[in-house]
Amino acid sequence: MNLVIVDYGMGNIKSIVGALKHAGVDNISVSADHKELKKADKLILPGVGAFGQAMGKIKEKNLDQYLQDIVISDKKPILGICLGMQLMGKSSSEDGYNDGLGLIDGEVRKFNIKNVRVPHVGFNQVKISKKSRLYDGFSEEADFYFTHSFRMTSDKDINQSMCIYENEFIASFEFENIVGTQFHPELSQHNGLSLFRNFIEKF
Amino acid sequence: MLRKRIIFTLIYSNGFFMLSRNFRLQKVGNLNWLERNYKFQKIAFSLDELIVLNATKENKSINEFATMISNLVDDVFIPIAAGGGIRSMEDAELLFNNGADKIVLNSLLIKNPYVVSELVHKYGSQSIVACIDYKKAGDTNEVYIHDGTHKIETTLEEYIDYVIALDVGEIYLNSIEKDGTGFGYDFDTIKRVEKNIKLPLIIAGGAGNESHLIEGLQVEGVSAVATANLFNFIGDGLPKARKKIIDSGENIARWNEIND
Repeated sequence: MNLVIVDYGMGNIKSIVGALKHAGVDNISVSADHKELKKADKLILPGVGAFGQAMGKIKEKNLDQYLQDIVISDKKPILGICLGMQLMGKSSSEDGYNDGLGLIDGEVRKFNIKNVRVPHVGFNQVKISKKSRLYDGFSEEADFYFTHSFRMTSDKDINQSMCIYENEFIASFEFENIVGTQFHPELSQHNGLSLFRNFIEKF
Repeated sequence: MLRKRIIFTLIYSNGFFMLSRNFRLQKVGNLNWLERNYKFQKIAFSLDELIVLNATKENKSINEFATMISNLVDDVFIPIAAGGGIRSMEDAELLFNNGADKIVLNSLLIKNPYVVSELVHKYGSQSIVACIDYKKAGDTNEVYIHDGTHKIETTLEEYIDYVIALDVGEIYLNSIEKDGTGFGYDFDTIKRVEKNIKLPLIIAGGAGNESHLIEGLQVEGVSAVATANLFNFIGDGLPKARKKIIDSGENIARWNEIND
């Protein structure tokens, strides 16, 4: 199992590598090199920071088109985490309007600060989709660690598991080979480690 | 429902972890001492987050602090916020690259708001915790920076508004007077200011046992309770405290501890 974390210069990579190792993944590399990504069995798209800036860096490294090719055409399994998950959507309203990678049908908008304390920080319960593979072995709900000001919604069925803060938003989706979690599995204790193992084994 | 959080704060100075009382530091032990008495790999399930603050008074070295963070966080899979002495984008980046998930800012908030904005823009509000140290003075509260050594000319209420306008993600509100006393949090002040803080609010200073933590969690506007008391929670003190807090019905995360 060769897992590559897509390195475009934004993300808490050390925590992710540590958690993956603990979950039993031994061959982990961090790279933006197209050949390395092509060779990978699985990809992780991390991300911390602002949407527009992240898309800018992805484009700088010509990763947008390339990721679309290997994820959509080659069906390579990919897991987006937090901002990495949001980048997989169609667009975000962070800093004006920015296009995402468009790997799945999802829109990113800010929480309404009039209604709730923003950012949404801490463990919150995820209501797990009945068709989920990502949460295999979990019961109906589980606590995961979130820290974000923007959230994704979608009108389409992308096998989403939901969380409630202000309103319902997407905590995770599992659309064929394309997986995303708004929360941080690497910061979610045993629940996060179990989820990483499921991504490795079931996708 | 969003859970509330229990946070453990480690005060670090010149190679050692410290007990702080009213911001006077007493050496407790080095990283080996900490690992012996607080096996974070084992007891992490009793904590929601860890905050590590560099309170070295003279010749604060961000490089040395970053190395310590890097060693500390190996195999600990909970969010780590680190701060103390961050003066530039490079300082912050160094901490992020060494395993910090968030950074904690104090003096920089007032000394260089421009860098704060840059940090917010680059890493997002959710990565930035604003630490506010305050002390009672008659009917009002004074705000201090530089490890509690310099008073700034503002009231706590004004300063909170100022910090919120910088678009930081969370506020760590720390009572210098209650710090390390174990007498409980400064609820007078907390209850007065929490309604105006539309950000996640972490309270610190004074917690000496789990009843204090419970009392803090029960305040509506409090998102997280922090304690830095290295002696009161030694060994399995934190797991035991968490269990008592869950048993008392507080809304904190529950994890399966045995499947791993």
